[in-house]
Amino acid sequence: MTDSLHHHKVSNWLAEVPEYQGLWSWITSIDHKQIGIMYILSGIFFFVIAVGLGLTMKLQLCVPMNHMLTQSTYNQIFTMHGTTMVFLVGMPLIFGTGVYLTPLMIGARDMAFPRLNAFGFWVFLFGAIFLYFSFLGGGAPSGGWFSYVPLTSKAYSSGTGIDYWALSLFVTGIGSVATGVNLIVTILGLRAPGMTLQRVPLFVWMMLFTAILTVLALPALNAVIVMLEFDRFMSTHFFETASGGSALLYQNYFWFFGHSEVYILILPAFGWVTETIPVFSRKALYGAGFVSASTVAIGFLSFGVWIHHMFTTGLSFAVLYIFSLSSLIIAVPTGIKVWTWIATMWGGTIKLTTSMLYSIAFIIQFTIGGLGGITFAVIPLDWQLTDSYFVVAHLHYVLVGGFLFAFISGVYYWYPKVTGRMLSETLGKIHFWIMVVGFNGTFFVMHFLGLYGMPRRVWTYPHGMPVLASLNMISCIFAFVLAASILIFAFNLVYSFLKGKIAGDNPWEAWTLEWATTSPPHPENFERLPPVHSRRPLWDLTHDVGENGSESGDMKAGEQKA
Amino acid sequence: MDITNAEITNVFNFATTQAKAIVDLAYIHIGICLLFLVTVVGLTAYAVLKFRHREGDPEPEQHEGNLKLEIIWTVIPTLIFAYLGVLTGLVMYQVNPPVRSRQPDLIVTGHQFWWEYKYPKTGLVTANEFFIPVNADLLFEIRGADVIHSFWVPCFGQKMDGIPGHPNKLFLKPIKKGIFLGQCAEYCGDQHGLMRIIANVVEPKDFEKWQQSQLKVPAAPNDEAAKHGQELFMSRTCVQCHAIAGTAATARVAPDLTHLADRKSIGAGVIANNLENLSQWIKDPQKFKPGCYMPKMMLTEREAHDIAYYLENLK
Repeated sequence: MTDSLHHHKVSNWLAEVPEYQGLWSWITSIDHKQIGIMYILSGIFFFVIAVGLGLTMKLQLCVPMNHMLTQSTYNQIFTMHGTTMVFLVGMPLIFGTGVYLTPLMIGARDMAFPRLNAFGFWVFLFGAIFLYFSFLGGGAPSGGWFSYVPLTSKAYSSGTGIDYWALSLFVTGIGSVATGVNLIVTILGLRAPGMTLQRVPLFVWMMLFTAILTVLALPALNAVIVMLEFDRFMSTHFFETASGGSALLYQNYFWFFGHSEVYILILPAFGWVTETIPVFSRKALYGAGFVSASTVAIGFLSFGVWIHHMFTTGLSFAVLYIFSLSSLIIAVPTGIKVWTWIATMWGGTIKLTTSMLYSIAFIIQFTIGGLGGITFAVIPLDWQLTDSYFVVAHLHYVLVGGFLFAFISGVYYWYPKVTGRMLSETLGKIHFWIMVVGFNGTFFVMHFLGLYGMPRRVWTYPHGMPVLASLNMISCIFAFVLAASILIFAFNLVYSFLKGKIAGDNPWEAWTLEWATTSPPHPENFERLPPVHSRRPLWDLTHDVGENGSESGDMKAGEQKA
Repeated sequence: MDITNAEITNVFNFATTQAKAIVDLAYIHIGICLLFLVTVVGLTAYAVLKFRHREGDPEPEQHEGNLKLEIIWTVIPTLIFAYLGVLTGLVMYQVNPPVRSRQPDLIVTGHQFWWEYKYPKTGLVTANEFFIPVNADLLFEIRGADVIHSFWVPCFGQKMDGIPGHPNKLFLKPIKKGIFLGQCAEYCGDQHGLMRIIANVVEPKDFEKWQQSQLKVPAAPNDEAAKHGQELFMSRTCVQCHAIAGTAATARVAPDLTHLADRKSIGAGVIANNLENLSQWIKDPQKFKPGCYMPKMMLTEREAHDIAYYLENLK
C-alpha cells in the first residue's frame, strides 16, 4: 500500500462530510466535487429517459408496419433520443468526471473558477430541463438531433418543438463553453509542484483537449442555432434557397461542430480507460509520449473531417477526396491508442475486476466501431451506407460500446473514491456479462439492416422485405437484455452506496494523486501532497524505497527527477 | 405493400456497373477491417489469458515503451490507409466521373413524400415508379422540391441527396433486368419511412414501348361511371394538385396520374394498386399514409369508387 497519509475511516459518507449536508449545500455549492457529482447524476437521470425512448423505438420497429406509435410520435422520439444522449448524457458525464477528477488528479484545491463551474452546471441543467418542456409546449422537436434545414424551417416545421431544441442547445452550449474554459485554465494553471505537463495523468491530458475542442466547436453550433432562429422568426434567409441562402451552409456549420463533438465525447472515454488499464495491469502506460501526441493529432484533425457527414450532398471531387483522406488519417492516432492499451496489458499481471473487464470490452467494441467508421471514409462505401442502419450500428459501437463502456469502467474504478465504498464485484460481473450480450445483440445486427437497405429514421418498414423483420426482432429482444443490465447497474450503485465495503484511500493501489487523499475526499481535497516526480507519484512513494526491487520503474522515476 | 417479384434489396446484390465497383471495393475493405479486428481481438485475448493475475504473481517488469515498435504500429496502419485512400479515389472516379456538359436522361425530384420522374428527352413525367433500359449509360439528376431527400436504390449503388436549389448528378449503368426497390434515405419529415422507390430495368425495346404507352394521351371516358368519376375529379379539389394529360388537370403539386393504372402501388409503395385499394385511398389517404399531404376527401363510397374507376381506366 501507499504510505499512510491518512488514517481516515469512513462509516457513513454523508455523516462524515458535514459540508455536504442538506439540499441547500448542493444548490449553493461551488465545490468541484459536488458539482461533478451533480453533473453525473443529471447525466444518469437523462440517460434513463433516453434509454426509455430508445426501447420505445425498438418496440415500434420490432414488426413491420407497426402502428404502436404514429409516425410523428416516432419522429419526436428519435429526435429526443439522439439529442438527449449527445447533449444531456454525453456532455454532463464528461464534464462531471472532468470537474470532479481534474483538480484531484493534478493536486489542486478546486477548479480555477469555482463560481463559473457552478454557472456551467446550472446553465446546463436549465437548458436540459427546458428541452423537455417542449412536450408540454405543443410537441417535442422532430427534426432529428441535427435539425437540417429546410425541414426545420418555419414552412415545414411550424410548431415550437424546433425552437425548444434550438434554445435548449444554445443554453447548454454556453454552459459547455464555460466549463471548457474553466478546465483549460485549471489544467494549465493549477497543477501541483513538480507536475509538468508531461506528468499530468493521461485522463487530464485528454480532458484538456476535450475542453479545447469544446471551446472551439460549440460556438459553431450556437452560431448556426442563432441563424436558424433568425430564419424562423425574423424572416432572414441564411438557409432559404429561394432567396439566395444555402441549405448546405447549415450542414457545414452543424458538422463543423458535430464531428468535433464526436471527439469531445470519445477523448475522455480514452482517458478513463487509459487510467484503468495500466493500474489493473500493474504496469506503466506503454508509450505514453505517443499517446499524448496522438491526442494532440486527433484534436487538430477532428476539425478537418466534418465533410464526411456530407459525402452524398454532391460536392466536388476534390473536396470529397481531401476529406476522405483526412478521415482515413485520423484513424492512425486513434489506432495508436488501441495498440498502446494492448501493449500496456502485455507482460503485466492483469486483475480482471469489473472495471478492467469493461475496459477490455471497450477496446474490442471500440475497434469494431472504429472500423465501421473507416468504412465511411472510403467514399464509395459511404455513398452506399450513409444514412442507413449501418451508421446506427457504427455510432452505437462508438458511443455505447466505446463511450458508455469506458464510462462504466470509470465508475467501477472511481466510485470508491467518490463515495468511500466499493461497488459490489459480484453484481458488477453479472452486470458486465449481461450488458456485453445485450449490447452486441442489439447493435451488431444493425450493420446487416443497413446492408439490406434499411434507411435510418424510418418509423416503420414494409412487409415482405428479406431479413428486415427478423433482424429488427432480434435487435428489439436484445435491447431489453441491455436495459436489464442497466437496471442491475443502477441497483448496484444504490445498494453499494448504502451497504458496500468500505474502500479506504486507495483500494486499487493506483498511483495518481486522487488516491492520495481520503475516500471520499475532504472538501479541501488534500491535507498534503506527495512529491510529483513522474506520472505515477504514488507508485514512486513505495518504489523509491525499493520495496519490491522493481528496478526499471525506479530508474525511470529517477531519470525524470534528474 | 409487398412486392414479391422484386430483386433482393441488398448492397451486395449489384445491378449496375457502379454498384459492382463499390462491391469490389467493399470486399477489399472488409478484408482489411477483418485483418485489424482479428489482430486486435487476438492480441487482447492472448494478453488477458496469458498475463492474467494469479495469486503470488510478482510485480511485473515496467516498460515505458519502445520507440521502434511504436513507429511500426504508426507506419503500418498509415500505409494500409494510404492504400485504401488510393482505391477510394479510383473507385470514386469510376462511379461518378465528371459530368461536363452532358444533359440528364432522367430527372428525379423528391417531394414530401413521393418521387417525380421526368424524362427530359421526351417530356414524359411519371411518379414513384420508373423504367430504365438495361446496359444504357444513364445520367440521373436528383433534385429536392421542398426539403432534402436522398435517392437510394441499394442494388444500384450510390445514393444521392436531392437538395432544393442544388441539383446533383448521378451516373448509373444498369446491367441486370428486374424490379429493384429503394427508398428515401434522408430524413424528410412525417412519412420519410414510406417514401419508396420502385425501379424497373427492362430491355431497351421494352423501355421504348413503355415510354410510348406512357406518352399516349388517354382517350376520354365513355361509360357512365368513368364519366362521373372524371366530373368529380375536375370539380372537386383533386384537380388542384394532380395532372392528367389531355384534360384540364395540369397541376404539378402531387403525382401525375395520367397512367396511374400501370403502376404497381399507390402512395409511393404503401398499398397495391387495384380498384378497391384506390377507392379506399381516395376516400381517406391518411388511413394508409398518415401525414401525407392529400387530405381526407369527404366523398361517398360511390363517388370514391367512380373516381378510382375513372383513374384505373385511363389508357
